[in-house]
Amino acid sequence: MARVATGAAPQPRWWPPLVTAGAVALVLWSWAGTGIDVRALLAGEALRHVAAYVARLFPPDLSPAALSDAARGAWETFAISLVGSALAVALAVPLGLGATRTLYRGPLAEARRPGPARMALGVALVGLVRVILAVCRTVPEIAWALVFVFVVGLGPFPGVLALGIHTGGVLGKLFAEVLEDVDPRPLEALQAAGAGRAGIVLYGILPQALPQLVSYALYRWEVNIRAAAVLGFVGAGGLGQRIHVAISLFHEQQLLTLILAVYVMVTLVDGLSAWLRARLA
Amino acid sequence: MAWPAVPSPASPGRPRLSRLLVLALGATFVLALREAEVDPRLLLQPEARANVARFVAGALPPRLDADFIAFLARPVAETIQISVMGMVLALAIGLPLGMLATSSLTWRGILHEQAGGPVRRLLALLPWGLARGTLSVFRSIPEYVWAFMFVRAVGLGPFPGVLALGVAYGGMLGKVYSEILEGVDPQPLEALHAGGAGRSGVVLYGLLPQALPHLVSYTLYRWECAIRASAIMGFVGAGGLGQQIELSMRMFQFDEVLTLLAVLLLLVATVELVSGYIRARVVG
Amino acid sequence: MYELDGLGKRFPDGTLALDEVSLTIAPGEHVAFIGPSGAGKTTLFRLLNLTLRPTRGTLRLDGVDVTTLSGRALRAARRRIGTIYQQHNLVGRLRVVHNVLAGNLGRWSALTALASLVRPRGLDVAARALGRVGIPDKLHARTDTLSGGQQQRVAIARVLVQDPDVILADEPVSSVDPTLAAAIVTLLRDLSAAAGKTLLMNLHSVELALANFPRIVGIRDGRVRFDLAPAQVEPARLEALYAGDQDQEREVAILARSRDRFGVACRPLAGFPR
Repeated sequence: MARVATGAAPQPRWWPPLVTAGAVALVLWSWAGTGIDVRALLAGEALRHVAAYVARLFPPDLSPAALSDAARGAWETFAISLVGSALAVALAVPLGLGATRTLYRGPLAEARRPGPARMALGVALVGLVRVILAVCRTVPEIAWALVFVFVVGLGPFPGVLALGIHTGGVLGKLFAEVLEDVDPRPLEALQAAGAGRAGIVLYGILPQALPQLVSYALYRWEVNIRAAAVLGFVGAGGLGQRIHVAISLFHEQQLLTLILAVYVMVTLVDGLSAWLRARLA
Repeated sequence: MAWPAVPSPASPGRPRLSRLLVLALGATFVLALREAEVDPRLLLQPEARANVARFVAGALPPRLDADFIAFLARPVAETIQISVMGMVLALAIGLPLGMLATSSLTWRGILHEQAGGPVRRLLALLPWGLARGTLSVFRSIPEYVWAFMFVRAVGLGPFPGVLALGVAYGGMLGKVYSEILEGVDPQPLEALHAGGAGRSGVVLYGLLPQALPHLVSYTLYRWECAIRASAIMGFVGAGGLGQQIELSMRMFQFDEVLTLLAVLLLLVATVELVSGYIRARVVG
Repeated sequence: MYELDGLGKRFPDGTLALDEVSLTIAPGEHVAFIGPSGAGKTTLFRLLNLTLRPTRGTLRLDGVDVTTLSGRALRAARRRIGTIYQQHNLVGRLRVVHNVLAGNLGRWSALTALASLVRPRGLDVAARALGRVGIPDKLHARTDTLSGGQQQRVAIARVLVQDPDVILADEPVSSVDPTLAAAIVTLLRDLSAAAGKTLLMNLHSVELALANFPRIVGIRDGRVRFDLAPAQVEPARLEALYAGDQDQEREVAILARSRDRFGVACRPLAGFPR
């Protein structure tokens, strides 16, 4: 029996009300759980506390000693973020290649006609690398920093290691996505000409993916400059350590100087990274 | 063999990184290496090996008894709650400031062709500049520094965590919201405007419907980050899982640390899954 | 060179891309494959260059069954077969020299391949290959700054560097304008003839096939419909081959009406809607 399509109203989708209800419930539950007292907020008690604290921050301590201390901290934080990001890239390239599924299954791998044992090995390798990446990026950098401070002692080096491992996990996943996403046609051509996996990676995949990889690395550097400013809280040097000391010892005016230093440095690195990305694009 | 001449397009000399820039980057990197006191030998010295061995021995097996697991429910819930309330506050800060920071809404483009004399236009620049400056300060100071200061200002607990997340993420949301709104296709807006719609009409019927999927998608993505951040902010005393990790680490209870990290991993993975599912539906 | 016996390919999703093809191709022979889109020509070429594995029948290369090869032997066999694609399949961001030298990847070790990216290995070989395809001055240009026709020549230069025994060209001129198309087909024909290489070409344009190839294979629905010298390819056969293919029916009709007694066709009238 033929059915004639009429101008039927669009099928109502089942999920938007469900998601909305879930979101509202989540917010109410969170509200209750965090114990935020709206009346106290509106009465301004919390705001008064904040305002009083902010007032104590001014004026910033601009004495030469404070400024040079902030500058040293900023440079140390900058160094940690830069070296940590470089370590992350060094880890992310091999791990990202290991997690690139298109190299081990799908047309590119099947065209190599591997036996079932090799096929299974490839799948197992990808799985293993993906688990390593997940662990690296899910454990926050500050937890990594705690672990490495415990292993190698205080100083900027554990900060570098923490940033490198965590960001390596993040970048490895992003790199794998980029590498899986390249135009497959040139790869097919290389394979048809007899190129092996290394040849396909070097002449087909990496050249196509490079701008995107560099762009992601620079973006993560911007994230890392903020993270590096925090790692000092657990004894990994830099501005964070100085901020920690200033807050703990109630040196509020020095604290403002240090926060200004964070702001200036973050803004500078953001600008530098954006400029580099535009040039490399 | 005669070969038809093919006109060759002048190959544009792409701007290449100048040698000077590469040199400067290299020198900075070497100096940074020294400053960061990078010394891989530290990882291999006997003391470090002993510490690793101690950590591994202490961490295995992870602590999984019922008491501890039941005890964990509270910090896990607190971490989620901080992230949710932090995002609510971030939205309350980011949405209005983001709209003020959108140049196409405040002073530039088709909506403002007839907007009176230069004085009025200059006046419109003031809130735009203020909004952009505020957003820049909010997002450039890391959420942990905010958290630390709020702990000082309002005391320990989840509240300073919510405030810190709200301020820092409000800055990020506002910046990205304004970028999304500025990237919206202006032609439908022009049509609405030409049809006599006022500014609110243009925003409600032209701007927001076009931008909504992107706004929602980015907000959800930020929520994924917020879960991780709210866990971490505990390290400075703002509640949640982080506080517990820090405590256990300081007490050398590595079996608890391992369990806590595994729980954090699970939590983050779950949120990524849920948010990824919703994002795919919203944008798709 | 090639012996195909009942060759067929069914994709995992159930599509029957190639039904049953049996052919013998002698070393040094030039063969054009024509037929409507979706006939299975591209699948046939991907079977011939050992990218795909057939689901039925056998494929012999110089008497050796290549359907079951894998690993090193498979790579060695692939090196003997050069492929030119419709979309030239080059990496746009690499300089021309690297795309051309990529023809060596079947011989090079991973280390050599890496070293050559830093310092091109065999610059003179690449330069000579580019000279033979008529763009000697493009050696160091970035590939994506070249026009479509020039990129197709780079792809041909890559195959020259690969130096295979067989050249497979899958719709090599579908994305360039007609004058250039004729020039590129002639170039491929002459280069292959000069080196005594076997040349197999898929062509969208019946006219180019009839004018340049001594043997024409018509394929439809995954089967060989005819295998003839161009003079024997009568209009009725072409109409039957392309029946239902709206894109090409008209071209074939015009071709059929205007063919002269030497078997050479005129191109469709300018401005005539296709």
